[in-house]
Amino acid sequence: MKRSRMHSSRYALQEESDLMDQKPISMREAIGNALIEMGSTNKDLMVVGADTTESLHLMPFGEKYPGRLVNIGIAEQNMIGISSGLALSGKTVFCGTYMVFIERALDQIRNTLAYCKLNVKIIGAHTGISVGPDGGSHQTIEDIAMMRALANMRVLVPSDAYTARRLAIEAANEKGPFYIRLIRGTVPDVHGDQEIKIGKSSTLKDGKDVSIIACGIMVHEALKAAEMLSKEGISARVIDCYSIKPIDEETVLKAANETKGIVTAEDHNIYGGLGSAVAELLSRKRPTRIEMVAVNDTFGESGNPSELMIKYGISAQNIFDKAKELVK
Amino acid sequence: MPDVDFKDPNRAIDVNYLKGVASQVREDIIVAVGTAKSGHSGGSLSVTDILVSLYFGKMRHDPSNPKWPDRDRLLLSKGHAAPALYSTLAEAGYLQRDELKTLRKMGSRLQGHPDPKKVPGIEIPGGPEGIGLSEGIGMAIAAKLDGRESRIYVITGDGELDEGECWEAAMAAVKFKLDNLTAIVDRNGLQQEGKTSDIMPSDSVADKFRAFNWNVIEIDGNDIPAVLDALNKAEKVSGRPTVIVAKTIKGKGVDFMENKVVYHAKVLTDEEVENALKQIRAARGK
Repeated sequence: MKRSRMHSSRYALQEESDLMDQKPISMREAIGNALIEMGSTNKDLMVVGADTTESLHLMPFGEKYPGRLVNIGIAEQNMIGISSGLALSGKTVFCGTYMVFIERALDQIRNTLAYCKLNVKIIGAHTGISVGPDGGSHQTIEDIAMMRALANMRVLVPSDAYTARRLAIEAANEKGPFYIRLIRGTVPDVHGDQEIKIGKSSTLKDGKDVSIIACGIMVHEALKAAEMLSKEGISARVIDCYSIKPIDEETVLKAANETKGIVTAEDHNIYGGLGSAVAELLSRKRPTRIEMVAVNDTFGESGNPSELMIKYGISAQNIFDKAKELVK
Repeated sequence: MPDVDFKDPNRAIDVNYLKGVASQVREDIIVAVGTAKSGHSGGSLSVTDILVSLYFGKMRHDPSNPKWPDRDRLLLSKGHAAPALYSTLAEAGYLQRDELKTLRKMGSRLQGHPDPKKVPGIEIPGGPEGIGLSEGIGMAIAAKLDGRESRIYVITGDGELDEGECWEAAMAAVKFKLDNLTAIVDRNGLQQEGKTSDIMPSDSVADKFRAFNWNVIEIDGNDIPAVLDALNKAEKVSGRPTVIVAKTIKGKGVDFMENKVVYHAKVLTDEEVENALKQIRAARGK
């Protein structure tokens, strides 16, 4: 597949083909790099961080553009409030830290960003059980539900550095609030040159028997599960649903029409996340059998990401089992 | 619209004229809250003289072009005093006075708490307490980056200072040396359920800000010349933000409402409305 297609964008960006040859980088680094590139043409682009600017790869933005990175210390409510003030003064703001900390600012997010449709993009880093050793206190599994329930808020979940970069650029080009959910680890890029658009999805593998609709790190588990299924003669479609709100209705409905059932997969609580979003859509428009691979309404604990994902039932094996049941 | 060029920082200020405006604003507050049979009159009356001093005596703004980029900005963090803000904006020419009677009614632009999407001249949403100072910091940083002369004024309640975010913001404003930011604490000493000193002791508001290295000015916030003087002093300070701790009387201007907790958000009876209007008008010889 040729990878040099330029995406339509207000910003002139590095050829994505150049990026594809490099070894994988984290989603955080991909967004940090995209911010630096966008910042040279968009002088009103600003970044607000909360004592995690190095971890989130936001520091280089501040080094490159003095005064345009505001580090407000460990004070997430203030981070959202200051971001709002900047946005109300015409700035495009990316603010971010670990999502589990940002959740304490739900009031500020609701009553400023969402209520007034402010031009602030929240980068929520280190989400899900796959955060690993920091333990359950740091593994947010309710964030998609919280953000998705806010009017005006759009929710994006990249699955690799490529989608993280593309989605950050898309969000910057679109006025209004966004939540961009990142995982902690570094994963291989699984996208070719697919166009990444708000409200769309990527079908990474076509299939006719069952559809797996996944987001974030679970896209990688879904691809593994599809391999396992194909060995058993089951053809699984894998859809990377990186835009959870708005969701790609057309592709989800098509999957429901063309395959025998749907397995959703997310590193998030079973309530209110991707599975719910898919179920809400299909129950209204085309009732379909759905199985959900998600954290079963419990908090996590310390451990390695892969062992935790097995323990909490969000591994490729879980997707495989549920998909098999659906086609039985 | 009054025949005043609010964009001119050197416009002549007539204190007696401002007092008349404040009196009219108080009247408008009572009419609006009385008509709505809902809303916060006590905290609106306490902050009236501060709002009138800002809009009529200090801020550079343009009612015919509310989004003028170089304007000074007023952020009413104690958003429940919306009736005072709407009434002041009406006197300044942003709204028609008649519209005040639509306060809190379905279809009205005048939401129970200010909504910048709906009303020209409103800078931030109001409602949950404690957010305005943070938003003011964002605006003050933006003004400095953009090289604008705009000054940012944030009015908080004293009960509002119970919110932790206020103190996150108090630290940050000093860090970023925001001398274009002035906070004004409407220190009326009461909050919804009683005296601030009982609910969450905050007697040392000024000392707390001093400890954060703010420039602190303490005044009588119902005395328009004192408010104007403090605002002028704040403008001359460089390198750090100023807080004006403005001692006020909740319910100011209506004797049966003054310093009474119950008038935080009491539904006013027709008799109370009539009585209050009579007093306010009599005080300015109308």
